[in-house]
Amino acid sequence: MTDFNYPNMESPVCPLPLKHNESIVMGHGSGGRMTRELIERVFHPSFTNPPLDAGNDFAHLSLPDQAGLQGRLAVSTDAHIVSPLFFPGGDIGRLAVCGTVNDVAVSGGIPLYLTASFILEEGLPVEQLEQVVRSMQAAAEEAGVQIVAGDTKVVEKGKADGMFISTSGVGWVPAGRDLGGELARPGDVVLVSGTMGDHGIAVLSARGELGFDANVQSDAAPLNHMIQAILEAAPHTHVLRDPTRGGLATTLNEIAGQSQVCITIEEAAVPVNPVVRAACEMLGFDPLYVANEGKLIVIVPAEEAGAALTAMRKSPYGQNAARIGSVLPDPQGRVLLRTLIGGTRILDVMSGEMLPRIC
Amino acid sequence: MCLGVPGKIIDIYVKDGLRIGKIDFGGVTREACLEALPEARIGEYTMIHAGFALNVLSEEEAMETLSTLHELEEFEQEASLEEDGAAG
Amino acid sequence: MNDAALTQFTQEFRSAERVKPVIEEIRRTVTRPWTIMEICGGQTHSIMQYGLDQLLPPEIELVHGPGCPVCVTPLELIDKALAIASRPDVIFCSYGDMLRVPGSRQDLFSIRAQGGQVKVVYSPLDAVRLAKENPDKQVVFFAIGFETTAPPNALSVLQAKAMGLTNYSILVSHVRVPPAMHAILGSPHNRVQGFLAAGHVCTVMGYEEYPPIASQYRVPIVVTGFEPLDLVQGILMCVRQLEAGTYDVENAYPRLVTREGNPAARQIIERAFITCDRNWRGIGMIPDSGWKLRPELSGFDAEIKFQVGDIQTRESEVCIAGQIMQGLKKPVDCPAFGTACSPQNPLGAPMVSSEGACSAYFRFARQS
Repeated sequence: MTDFNYPNMESPVCPLPLKHNESIVMGHGSGGRMTRELIERVFHPSFTNPPLDAGNDFAHLSLPDQAGLQGRLAVSTDAHIVSPLFFPGGDIGRLAVCGTVNDVAVSGGIPLYLTASFILEEGLPVEQLEQVVRSMQAAAEEAGVQIVAGDTKVVEKGKADGMFISTSGVGWVPAGRDLGGELARPGDVVLVSGTMGDHGIAVLSARGELGFDANVQSDAAPLNHMIQAILEAAPHTHVLRDPTRGGLATTLNEIAGQSQVCITIEEAAVPVNPVVRAACEMLGFDPLYVANEGKLIVIVPAEEAGAALTAMRKSPYGQNAARIGSVLPDPQGRVLLRTLIGGTRILDVMSGEMLPRIC
Repeated sequence: MCLGVPGKIIDIYVKDGLRIGKIDFGGVTREACLEALPEARIGEYTMIHAGFALNVLSEEEAMETLSTLHELEEFEQEASLEEDGAAG
Repeated sequence: MNDAALTQFTQEFRSAERVKPVIEEIRRTVTRPWTIMEICGGQTHSIMQYGLDQLLPPEIELVHGPGCPVCVTPLELIDKALAIASRPDVIFCSYGDMLRVPGSRQDLFSIRAQGGQVKVVYSPLDAVRLAKENPDKQVVFFAIGFETTAPPNALSVLQAKAMGLTNYSILVSHVRVPPAMHAILGSPHNRVQGFLAAGHVCTVMGYEEYPPIASQYRVPIVVTGFEPLDLVQGILMCVRQLEAGTYDVENAYPRLVTREGNPAARQIIERAFITCDRNWRGIGMIPDSGWKLRPELSGFDAEIKFQVGDIQTRESEVCIAGQIMQGLKKPVDCPAFGTACSPQNPLGAPMVSSEGACSAYFRFARQS
């Protein structure tokens, strides 16, 4: 073999990914680092105000003194763009209602009213719209909320995947309830309400683009009743959050960042449906990053962890609730995973889109 | 470069002139091409990469590997007991 | 083995109780420092995912080889891919890994944002199906990978030919492991003393190519799998040889690898590909280290079909954290250090995964 003149053969050089600051790409909607950066770079500077800057999925608001409001209002908003519109375990309508109900509920708020805006694609069968609307009403009834205002627009064929739904929700936070991503404290225990990754895999399977068939249902569910039960059993709960897109790992990172603590979890303790695990293995996904739509992270002082777990397991949506980790003082803002074999790995936020890999 | 997952062949058929298997990865099924495994049979386990079956998993070898390492485990346990005895 | 047994079986290869005794044995066996390379990106990913490197005794240094086909695809080819994907008559199909790789100015995400049809496929046979279903479009598949991926990539062309399709083509950037090993071991800078060979490459190719390499460079080579138990077993066998001064080829992955590999798979490769010289991004040209389409299949070669003309390449920023980790470069040498990339906000996860499993990133962030 002839002698070559090449730079160091011993270590890979990786071309750095582009920043995509000029145009929006799909990664900006993934819920991971790119989404966060977009919000910080574009939205925050213009919209900055204390409730927004707290960085939660909800805003806690007061009314002018004359209103005589005890406690506060909780407000949240969401847009839903799922494809396909119908999938095992739910549909875009159920997602829309449950997503906003949950965002209000994790703030400690009792969800009361929702609004719903529809952007409909020309050519959408009305029967599908009717099905979605009925599903929304069923979810709203289950949650005990009313859909009180709405809007409808239609766009040309090809401009919306069937339909897009945007919901806003309003709830009441009783006085003395203090919950938020910035309130995790060293010594707290981290719980989850059930299996991770069900929704993401169910939708991907239904979409059919990757050609696999997974017998799993989306977990989309209104969690406000279970949350009330948790708060009654464990009134000093510090953080509640539903891990949606970006998965458990991304959401834990948000909390660790807001609270400036270290969250450490045990890989072996995180509940994952074996079918979801098998699908993730096949595609090269990590269940800790796959979207959920009906699960809860609960961060609670150690002495109330047992009570919180018991409360969850009594609910139909918390049967597989488990303790998965704890909160440490440092390294601040980091999430660590103790792996199956006893090593430790950093669990970072998802960067952009999650894509199947061969590597 | 080689994300490969083991799965069980639950059906074999011809599609578009190719030998295709339906593979069960443990509740998740997908088609994979069996052209490189003309001898593979239903019920056997295979390693799939990019929708292609590369080799049949030898259960015998797998068990052999696990049991060899199990012996190592036992050896380790004895060795550490000896060490504790020597230290104590 | 039934279904529950499949899951259980996999768990055995990831269990702490099984892995720990092997690590203990490595600790007992090792008497001096050794530098071992694993050449497969999948193995790197697994080591980082499980935190295996931290559990090994400090005498063992694991060096990560250029086993990521995504990272080594030449810049010029990425730019060609982007040019082809921009065409309105083209549906550009790719494995997910490749979408994130930057060309001189853009990546496939940008092309998609501009209206190019870019589709992620799990298997190249899915791309062939797309070609059949879209006769008015040209379907181009980005055929990258090592030997493991060559059979499906090759078969897609043979299949398209058998189906009489004229709208399917592949853009080839295949690379081969043995020439890379020669280049690594033959380099004057080489510090690698032992090799973990890529298990899944060997399921296809076998390991008959390795004994000449082992004896020429006097380096033990152990064919190794991907689960934590496979990796520590491969490392143990390598360390035993290093301590004994032997340089044989051993197989630590016998449940899937035989000496001859899979002849039927190799036949599929040979029907479509012949070896050629290849440029490796960040490294340079390694003779005979790649595959390209046979001349008689040139109708399916996207580089020929789409004359993309003069491409002005400009290497974008490159993450050299791997070289920094080996103490071969200082952090200040890295174009991104302290600006785009810092310990508090590492760029992470360039290619190996979307969750930051890049080996350099993990070690960098852990050390900070």
